[in-house]
Amino acid sequence: MKRTMLIQGLKAGIPIALGYIPIAIAFGILSRAEEIPIEVSMLMSLTVFAGASQFVAVNLLSLGTGIGEVIVTTFILNFRHFLMSASLFQRIEKNLTMKKLSVLSFGITDETFSLASVTELDHEERLPFNYLFGLMLISFFAWNVGTWIGLFMGNILPTLIQNSMGIALYAMFIGLLVPAVRKSIPLLFVALIAMTAHSLLILLPFLPSLSSGWNVVIATILASFIGTLIIEKEAFQ
Amino acid sequence: MTSELNLFRIFILVIGMSLVTYIPRALPMLFLKEFRLNPSVENFLKLIPYAALGALIFPEILFSTNHMVSSVTGGILAAVVAYFKGNLLITVVAGIFGTVLYQWLFL
Repeated sequence: MKRTMLIQGLKAGIPIALGYIPIAIAFGILSRAEEIPIEVSMLMSLTVFAGASQFVAVNLLSLGTGIGEVIVTTFILNFRHFLMSASLFQRIEKNLTMKKLSVLSFGITDETFSLASVTELDHEERLPFNYLFGLMLISFFAWNVGTWIGLFMGNILPTLIQNSMGIALYAMFIGLLVPAVRKSIPLLFVALIAMTAHSLLILLPFLPSLSSGWNVVIATILASFIGTLIIEKEAFQ
Repeated sequence: MTSELNLFRIFILVIGMSLVTYIPRALPMLFLKEFRLNPSVENFLKLIPYAALGALIFPEILFSTNHMVSSVTGGILAAVVAYFKGNLLITVVAGIFGTVLYQWLFL
């Protein structure tokens, strides 16, 4: 039973792995192009495991930005995982040890979180540790293998493929969102509010320009908050 | 970039990055269980995934490849497949296929 859950998790993570490999390859190519030492790029994928901030870090390093600024930027970009961690915790099997929870925490990314959050397993109300561990493990593995491919043999990929792969993760997000909003009008509203809010945060000139990490956080909180009000109002009627 | 001192500084940087990434990931998981959440907060947390998905998809999808129309083509194809078929892997492949096809045909 435990083993089948692990395998089920590994299988469920295949779409994430498929999306991560090309992006990680791009990361490897970029850090090679910016002359970041290879062992540093590998260590980054092993210990940070967060796509956007790794790209930004390489970019800032190549511009000669100070260490403190890169760390603060990373923190801002990845703070959204705080919300995701709190949300996902409600869906994980109860009474896990601190050790297991600290392992699962490391594997929270936009993609593993989104996939785990919308997953409904047969016979299980909450997600077992082994399932999540499998899901995160294959994603982590793909991210690192992709990094190595990018570092050591990135330039042999055809340009057409390199240019097109950026769509993979967004296609996955769409694949997670569409089936959910198809069944629920309130969820559709929440997603549309988040999209609108995020666009406005970027476009409106009188709002302070924030990093993309904060924009996602603010849009997410705002849409969830309005959604909560809608749902509770409906429940009273 | 290659001197000893610089390499050491970059290692410190990577350790710092991993800490500030890990701490927000871990804090809620490790300490939330102490609290009993009220139902409104629980509802709020349940909506987070769908709000986050919306915010993550749009508008960034427009800039996900080097050509906006090809990204939109891939996105729409993925959405259609997701709506009728629902399988995640097929959806991802459809999205990639749509973008590659557009770039191959028109660029």
